[in-house]
Amino acid sequence: MKTRVLIIEPSKVIVAGLMSLLHDQMRFKLMTPLSSLDTLTERLITDQPDVVIINPTLCASPSQLHLPAATATVALVYQYVEPAVLRHYDATIDIRDSQPTIIETIAEAASSQHAEQRSSNNYDLTKRETMVLVKVAMGLTNKEIADQLNVSVHTVMSHRKNIMSKTGIKSVAGLTVYAMLNNLIDENTVI
Amino acid sequence: MDNAFYDRSCKMSELVTAHATLVMILRRMGIAMGFGNKSIDEVCRQYGVDTNFFLLISHIYTHDGYVPSREQILSTDMSQLVDYLRASHRYYVETRLPHIKSHLGAIASQLPERMATVFMRFFDDYMREVCEHFEHEEQNVYPHVEALQRGERDTRYSIDTFIDSHGNLEDKLADLLQIIFKYLPENLVGDDLVDVVYDILQVSHDLNKHSLIEEKILVPYVKHLELTTR
Repeated sequence: MKTRVLIIEPSKVIVAGLMSLLHDQMRFKLMTPLSSLDTLTERLITDQPDVVIINPTLCASPSQLHLPAATATVALVYQYVEPAVLRHYDATIDIRDSQPTIIETIAEAASSQHAEQRSSNNYDLTKRETMVLVKVAMGLTNKEIADQLNVSVHTVMSHRKNIMSKTGIKSVAGLTVYAMLNNLIDENTVI
Repeated sequence: MDNAFYDRSCKMSELVTAHATLVMILRRMGIAMGFGNKSIDEVCRQYGVDTNFFLLISHIYTHDGYVPSREQILSTDMSQLVDYLRASHRYYVETRLPHIKSHLGAIASQLPERMATVFMRFFDDYMREVCEHFEHEEQNVYPHVEALQRGERDTRYSIDTFIDSHGNLEDKLADLLQIIFKYLPENLVGDDLVDVVYDILQVSHDLNKHSLIEEKILVPYVKHLELTTR
């Protein structure tokens, strides 16, 4: 799945330069850039960008942009910008950075934001339930889970009951898919 | 309640218009559409299907919670029951499940690779489970029934074994729906998601009716045969 990138920058020269750096990157899909925030609301709906690259002088804080939580913000810097301002962004690229650095920074911001969104979206499982879920997905029995977590089998069963009622998923196979989609396990964990 | 049931003199087209899911059982019994204004009985005769048997299966579909009485079952010609069940199996395994899988594949192609792998593996495992379930029935249960129907009693197998081991095939599909509704990324595009939801609902409903036919018709029928055949 390509990362959808929207650039918001008044300078046509800077936009053209950045676009040409990112242009032949297969992992990015570049949206038509914006020169101001005027039509941003509409474009967020039509383009659904994963990453918004924006000149921080256009807005005091990215929170004013009302982006969806899963959208990463990257500050595009070519003059001095106060560090306090840049802290509000997920990442910063400077036009003097090398091409690989710029590409890597954008890709990383997109993936970390996505992962964060997913894990914080862990649908109200408690920490303990999440631990149990991961072990269930790994194929452990209730007894094995109880031994590893130093709790009784009864407690494990009660966690499992809560997991099932919160997720609506009853089979171990289904819970494994849930755990993977929520980045609770990686493919090496799955037996 | 019985008066809400269709009887043999009703038009087949009226029955199917009121309960379109019946097109599936028509196909399994080898009845083609295009029956004009013929009655249920006329259409069944034309295709060599026992009319009472057709109505019995239809009623499972048209009335949720319907359980035919023992008398009804014993007075119905069941010679086509096993063929019907086999045809249902073929429909799931050869047509519906591969169709669902192709939709899921289109959805998975938009997921990061590791998620796509686990997502597809879930359904592949499910399909394997369904095939094993059906194979068990076709290799053990149905031959047992057919032997009894020929008047042979094979004491090595009993329908009680089937009742004890008859697993549920709808639960994993319900899990799959929950995963699709709640846990796939929000940015997926295309019609496959909606299409696959409809397909899963349809096949779950049909699988449910299929197990009802096995548990509420096949089992009492075979129990009776086991008692009366020696």
